[in-house]
Amino acid sequence: MLQSSLNSQLSFFQKLRNLDYILIMCILLLGFISSLSMYSTDGGEFLFHTKSHILKFLIFFPMMILLSFFNIKFWHFFSYIFYLIILISLVWASMYGVKASGSQRWINLYFINLQPSELMKVAIIACLAKYYHRIQLNKINSLQGILISCVILILPVMIVISQPDLGTAILIALSGLVVVWLAGLNIKYFIYSFITLLISLPFAIAFLKPYQKTRVLTFLDPDRDPLGAGYQIIQSKIAIGSGGLTGKGFLKGTQSYLEFLPEKHTDFIYTLFAEEHGLIGALFLLLIYVIIIYRVIRVGYISKSYFAKLFCYGYGSAIFFYVVVNMAMVLGLLPIVGSPLPIMSYGGSSMLATMIGFGIVMSAKIHHKQLIA
Amino acid sequence: MLGENFNVKKFQIVNRRMFIVGIAKAVIFTGIIARLFSLQISESKKYKTLSDKNRLREWRLPPVRGQFLDYFGNIIAGNLKVYQLHVVPEQVENFKYLMLRLKEILSLNDQEFRKIISRKNKQKPWETLVVSENLSWEQFAKINYFLHDLTGAKPVLSISRNYPYNETFTHVLGYVSEASEKDILNNEIIKNNHVPGLKVGKIGLEKSFENKLLGTNGVQRYEVNAYGKRINQIDHEDGEPGEKIKLTIDTEVQKLSNKLLKDLAGSISVMDIYTGEIIAMHSSPSFNPNLFLFGISQDDWQLIKNNPLKPLVNKTLSGLYSPGSTIKPIVALSALENKIVNKNFKVNCTGKIEMYGQTYHCWKKKGHGVVDMRDAIKQSCDTYFYEIARKLGVDRLKKTALKFGLENKVLQDTYEIEKKGLVPDTLWKINNLGKGWVIGETLITGIGQGYMQTTPLQLCLMTAQLANGGHKIYPKIVINENDNTLEEIKNLMEENFKNQKENKNSLAEATEEIFSINKEKKYETLYENFENINIVKEAMFASANEVRGTSFSSRIKDPKYQFAGKTGTSQVKRITEEQRALELKTIEIPYNERDHALYIAFGPYKNPRYALSVVVEHGGSGSSMAAPIAKKLFKLIIDRHKLREKIRTKESLKA
Repeated sequence: MLQSSLNSQLSFFQKLRNLDYILIMCILLLGFISSLSMYSTDGGEFLFHTKSHILKFLIFFPMMILLSFFNIKFWHFFSYIFYLIILISLVWASMYGVKASGSQRWINLYFINLQPSELMKVAIIACLAKYYHRIQLNKINSLQGILISCVILILPVMIVISQPDLGTAILIALSGLVVVWLAGLNIKYFIYSFITLLISLPFAIAFLKPYQKTRVLTFLDPDRDPLGAGYQIIQSKIAIGSGGLTGKGFLKGTQSYLEFLPEKHTDFIYTLFAEEHGLIGALFLLLIYVIIIYRVIRVGYISKSYFAKLFCYGYGSAIFFYVVVNMAMVLGLLPIVGSPLPIMSYGGSSMLATMIGFGIVMSAKIHHKQLIA
Repeated sequence: MLGENFNVKKFQIVNRRMFIVGIAKAVIFTGIIARLFSLQISESKKYKTLSDKNRLREWRLPPVRGQFLDYFGNIIAGNLKVYQLHVVPEQVENFKYLMLRLKEILSLNDQEFRKIISRKNKQKPWETLVVSENLSWEQFAKINYFLHDLTGAKPVLSISRNYPYNETFTHVLGYVSEASEKDILNNEIIKNNHVPGLKVGKIGLEKSFENKLLGTNGVQRYEVNAYGKRINQIDHEDGEPGEKIKLTIDTEVQKLSNKLLKDLAGSISVMDIYTGEIIAMHSSPSFNPNLFLFGISQDDWQLIKNNPLKPLVNKTLSGLYSPGSTIKPIVALSALENKIVNKNFKVNCTGKIEMYGQTYHCWKKKGHGVVDMRDAIKQSCDTYFYEIARKLGVDRLKKTALKFGLENKVLQDTYEIEKKGLVPDTLWKINNLGKGWVIGETLITGIGQGYMQTTPLQLCLMTAQLANGGHKIYPKIVINENDNTLEEIKNLMEENFKNQKENKNSLAEATEEIFSINKEKKYETLYENFENINIVKEAMFASANEVRGTSFSSRIKDPKYQFAGKTGTSQVKRITEEQRALELKTIEIPYNERDHALYIAFGPYKNPRYALSVVVEHGGSGSSMAAPIAKKLFKLIIDRHKLREKIRTKESLKA
């Protein structure tokens, strides 16, 4: 108890000293690189996307630092409320939200179009981390434990699928599942559900929307319809492949400059980067993400509280999923599902969610000795 | 305690499981890195090509067609800048609307409009559709004015064939028109350089020299965006223009030929008797080749096609005529060469001759009385030639005729439409008609009737080879730098002439050489005895310049222009006894049954240089219809001689 009282009374400078500076450097570097990439997608001019992206970064990065000064106890306390607020706004967005390109997933907050499903990616980790923090080990594999965690997991996923937004739903599900796995759910349940999934897959496909079915088929054979659904995959592969070892040079990516590349601001920003900077650039960017993931997990490792540990492990794995799903998609290894690359991709909600996640991680770092009852 | 124990275990589990997840992450990241390697290193080349293919588009420009020049360097087939309207259907959002607007602006009629639509349906959507090949300046300006409303329409400046002399050279040059599918399939060079709307030669020299004339495409390379919009021009390569082709034709003589045969059906050929250069070659009536450039209209086409004088037939090269009396110099020469008769052989002409139960008439009903060879040629006495043909026999006649170029294409492969005609002999008849030769057929062959068929150009060559003293020459219409010069030719002829005199037995050898495939031009002598040629030439002089000569009325007294010649009248229809009794005048006979009028000539007589042949279809008699034309031609040809020689010496100096 002495320790905890000590930790709860960290002075401002102690907190400042406890920040993970390598992580901060990496995030700043990503912010810088993403701003340059955005500048390139705007055709080498200082236009809307670039300005907006830089502005968002300049708002959300200090916000992240600010959030990290909150004690990790606060986050533990706040987790369920956070989850519930986001869940309610998900339902709100699905019913009254802003419609765009066939799906209804945004809430108009006047200064920003908020996408609650992005925030849910972080909220579900926090929620599950608190849940597992509070129950006994022997309850984890009990029927009650499994049922509650399933409800926490399935509820937001179903709502997001119905928006429809398959990509985000998958990422929410993966983020949640990895926490459930880390908490120690018996591996047999994973095997059972995996087999169930395989069996039900043909039926699930029958329920997919036509455009989603096309995406899956197109992924299996991109040349099926090179000017239609396969276009994005083919053009993305051409862009990355033509980058070669050293790339075509900053602002010289012909594939994106001449608008062969779709969604270059958002989901395909890595393609643009790999085209302009080649394998060297692509690996460098990948390395930054690897460092970030490593630092986040390391924070978890040194954390004394179970909540902080599980959250950091979960969030580190979630970032890994975001990065892998996005890269595998633009490299033609996965079907096209909308999934942004954290911080690199244009999009306020995504950056906000990512920064909140980092904020909690940073708070865990500062208060890593803090115990939570 | 229990709780704490559990807690420790909880931490252990989460750490252990994180370790497993960490390994899985490393494996997956390795997979991503491997994929990056495979795309950016292993297959980079492939994707670079694909990327270039994405962003670069080539626009092929039509090649610049080579020009035709006459002997004096005047352009007789050139190129003109034209304004065209192109549309790429693929790039047009609303094709129907665009076409309707264009129809309105260009005031196209329904027929033209339908033609464009059907052409559009035939080609691929990304191929350029040439809506109009030749916009007037007004239309061009109007299009540019409305351009904002005509997205997808591209007014362009292009070039097109142009024939400045209209119909004057049509049968020499032929014409060009849009390449058909067959043209593209049959010619690799056209295929490689094809752009929509490309014009290629359809007939004549335009077709024969297609590969030289065509040239190669220019290329414009643009960077385009994903929507096919040109962003900027990367580079521009000019195509190789087609070769210039210089002809031996003299435009002035050609023009006069056109004028002289105006409203008549017929042919004129003029040739240099040493170099074989064709100075004029005209088939009348002609037609305007410019009409074919942008697709001939149905009305114009019907007008040309249905003209009874048959403008589409090249009468000089593929018109087959019985030579009539123009063959008589060869018949006489053959008889002399074969020593059947000498020049003093005489026949009494009574106007007709009875032989083997048939009557053969001389053109002169009253008869010519006693005539020798000179008189017989001069007055064109048929009876005399019946007699020597009978003695000579058709087989020996054929040999001489072949030597002088009959039954052989004069310009070889230059024109695919050229016909070789026919000189009959006994073997030919057995092989082709399955019947034996009848002596009566020899008789009518002797006056150039019957089976014998020649083209006007063959008659001209025959005359030229008589006029130059009996030397083989090699006719040509295209100037080739490597050809022998006039001096070389004259020297060669001189040499052959001397050899011939010294060794008369070499003829057999020489004859063989003529028919051998030996490509070297030897200008061999075609006679056995030089005197025989002179006898015939002298008789032709008499025919043109002495009283009672058949073309006496068309003579020129001035020795500078004086020419020798031979008339010919070729029967189209066998004259029945009743008709003969009627003694109809030409004008009283239906057009299609009138005789063809022929004339061959060379001049100036003292020092011959040019030979010509004139054919007027259904013109009546050679002396009244064809010979006066020759007279007018000679005046101009001789007047132009000095100019022509000036060019020749210039050219030889250059060489």
